[in-house]
Amino acid sequence: MGSFDLMPDYEVARNYDRCIACRVCERQCSNLVHEYSEEIGRMTADDSKCVNCHRCVSLCPTRALKIVQSDNTYKLNCNWTSKSIKEIFTQASTGSVLLSSMGNPEDYPVYFDKMTINASQVTNPSIDPLREPMETRVFLGAKPEKIERDANGKIKCNLSPQLKLAMPMMFSAMSYGSISYNAHESLARAAEELDIYYNTGEGGLNEDFYKFGNNTIVQVASGRFGVHRKYLNQGAAVEIKMGQGAKPGIGGHLPGKKIDSDISRTRMTPEGSDAISPAPHHDIYSIEDLRQLVYSLKEATDYKLPIIVKIAAVHNVAAIASGIARSGADVISIDGFRGGTGAAPTRIRDCVGIPIELALASVDTRLRKEGIRDRVSIVAGGGIRSSTDIVKSIALGADCVYLGTSALLALGCHLCRSCQAGKCNWGIATQEPELVRRLNPDIGYKRLVNLMRAWQHEIEEIMGGMGINSIEALRGNRLMLRGVGLNEKELGILGILHAGE
Amino acid sequence: MMREGQVRIPSGCAISGIFSKSGMKFSGKDIVKSIGVMHDRSNGLGGGFAGYGIYPEYKDYYAFHLFYDSIQAKKDCEEFLNRHFEIAHCSEIPTKRTDGVDNAPLIWRYFISPHTTKLSASQLDEREYVVKCVFRINAKIDGCYVFSSGKDMGVFKGVGFPEDIAKFYMIEDYEGYSFTAHGRYPTNTPGWWGGAHPFGLLDYSVVHNGEISSYDANRRAIEMYGYECKLLTDTEVITYIIDYLHRKKGLTYQEISWVAAAPFWQTIEDMPDGDRQIHEYLRNVFSAQLITGPFSIIAGFEGGMMALNDRLKLRSMVVGEKGDKVYISSEEAAIRIIEPDLEKIWSPRGGEAVIVTLDGGGA
Repeated sequence: MGSFDLMPDYEVARNYDRCIACRVCERQCSNLVHEYSEEIGRMTADDSKCVNCHRCVSLCPTRALKIVQSDNTYKLNCNWTSKSIKEIFTQASTGSVLLSSMGNPEDYPVYFDKMTINASQVTNPSIDPLREPMETRVFLGAKPEKIERDANGKIKCNLSPQLKLAMPMMFSAMSYGSISYNAHESLARAAEELDIYYNTGEGGLNEDFYKFGNNTIVQVASGRFGVHRKYLNQGAAVEIKMGQGAKPGIGGHLPGKKIDSDISRTRMTPEGSDAISPAPHHDIYSIEDLRQLVYSLKEATDYKLPIIVKIAAVHNVAAIASGIARSGADVISIDGFRGGTGAAPTRIRDCVGIPIELALASVDTRLRKEGIRDRVSIVAGGGIRSSTDIVKSIALGADCVYLGTSALLALGCHLCRSCQAGKCNWGIATQEPELVRRLNPDIGYKRLVNLMRAWQHEIEEIMGGMGINSIEALRGNRLMLRGVGLNEKELGILGILHAGE
Repeated sequence: MMREGQVRIPSGCAISGIFSKSGMKFSGKDIVKSIGVMHDRSNGLGGGFAGYGIYPEYKDYYAFHLFYDSIQAKKDCEEFLNRHFEIAHCSEIPTKRTDGVDNAPLIWRYFISPHTTKLSASQLDEREYVVKCVFRINAKIDGCYVFSSGKDMGVFKGVGFPEDIAKFYMIEDYEGYSFTAHGRYPTNTPGWWGGAHPFGLLDYSVVHNGEISSYDANRRAIEMYGYECKLLTDTEVITYIIDYLHRKKGLTYQEISWVAAAPFWQTIEDMPDGDRQIHEYLRNVFSAQLITGPFSIIAGFEGGMMALNDRLKLRSMVVGEKGDKVYISSEEAAIRIIEPDLEKIWSPRGGEAVIVTLDGGGA
């Protein structure tokens, strides 16, 4: 079928006064954008191949490169935007579903940006985190209904399995396969150093990383890739993935070319063949089936590990969460529609699901109304970009947050949203050895540690300003938030007052 | 102007408490004198007292103190009380016209015990039944408010300086083994008597100085357990936390202090084995009952009293002892005025509870 030649969205702008034709850009670009022309004695670029990952920009020794948005435009039309037109051209020529990666980039309201945080003035003092202890330790897991005592009246510690975190952050599920060995190693080592947890995602766990088991959450998804008894018992918790914020209602698809021998062994799937996880778990067609899987996993792990159930934030998320809280799960993880992915159909990523802020608020409210908030902890994820997003999430009711995209950014991701191509120039979302080598785990894990520590400091500073010296006093403390520019309905769902009230 | 409860009003304050460990009764005169010294710590917008052992003749009955906005409210409430309780005695609470105390509601008290048939039909234990009734009246019956509901104890409070409120209720005429007092400095102008302190539920009463930063976390958690926060004050939520932890969860007052003003993790880590696990357990299980921000409280209960500061001691509080008496106050001067010759006086550390009980156990 014929195709119209699409003008690229971005152009490589090279300053030839600065360019020394060292050809670094050429060597660094896995998309083959740059080429040295012997004929004209200069570097050239094929903009159409550029994904705007900024690898060349970052490594150009003379800062001769930048990537600019093309000013080429179709006749302006508020309904038929350039994007719509181009997508139609593409699909008309390929007959394919549009594919994208990472979180929903569309222009929906970001509720985090419409909430502000309180601080103490006069009637109660702010607390200086440099001079006073400031506590960010968090436990995840169900709380006992009854206090039991021994014959001497001493309290018995009758807790079900818990996760103990030094700060209310964890690295969210990203499978080995969708991201590289070095990316996984960076996450695992950072989690260990920070005394938090990272998550294997649905691709099993490479045996090299078993030693990080105390800081590992092992995931069980619909494909059951890499799931076996040893794997389950290697982790500190087991997460059942029911859904993902980036693509609620559908399964996963890891292209065969990303499945080399090591990944094939870890996943227990054939080398080179696509690993497709089904949309539903085929043993879970309803909530009572989920309960069975929760208890199967508890049996398999001797009731020593908490079970997390991860769901995508969809319209009736509160009712679903209520069902999960009664299913024996210890932790519910909610993934908002800004959450990232290694590959998803564009339409699903951009149009299915709801914002995490609203989902989180309504789940927390619902569980409290039903009196079952103590039965589960809540982890919020999907689009959390900063320490203030974390503070706001906790004030809305989360115990802890999951961080995926921000962790990848710390490792070098520039959000070019082309993970599905498997040619990540930063060595993250690729399995090509020469690209994977670019991500040095010694540096990567330190950058993750830096980012988390920086955020922890900021959280402590903000808490101190509010006069709060322990993170649990912030959890669900919605009076610490005010909405700016939100309507009554939005304020009602978030359960907060408007600024000035 | 919105009434307290429709809007949250932070306030600074003065608190004072006197307790006789031998159980010997003394008049309310001293507590009035003590709180009066701290006149400048309140601004005339709230004062109140709680006395224990003051109703010996009706000590087996719940003493309900009620504010009524109207005769109709009284009629509705009494109808409810008659349906749910045997009323042994009721009367208007004696008051005296006092300058500086205006807009008093109708103030009545009832000595009551639950109807046995109603109680057994409810399948609740007696105290839970009483609590449920208190919440029903406060939430559902317009214009009335139960502000005291314990046995052999009573709360007396209103809008005014505490020394004027004392004159109004003639606090000097009451005799008990334990008294607490409160002078309020709200940063807004509530005109409502129900918003004054102490806050009481059953025999638990709390006077509080401070403004807690954990308020909404504590409120939303406690509301989940069936407590309705109507006043949106710290004192209300702290009282409910104490009731919840003590009556429903069976924690001791010492354990309650470890929950509400928990030791820092760095302190817990240095504790000996055994203690450390219990502290970690309590902080984990009752994380939503941790109270942060400045507070000093005196919690009265049947046969005892607990004084507690926030974990950083962001509010002043001193404790003095002489003979069988224990004095607790925001300021030393408020103790010296009634007992200049103390055997011991000290300032408890942040989070260090001072718990006094009657010699030989409960009252």
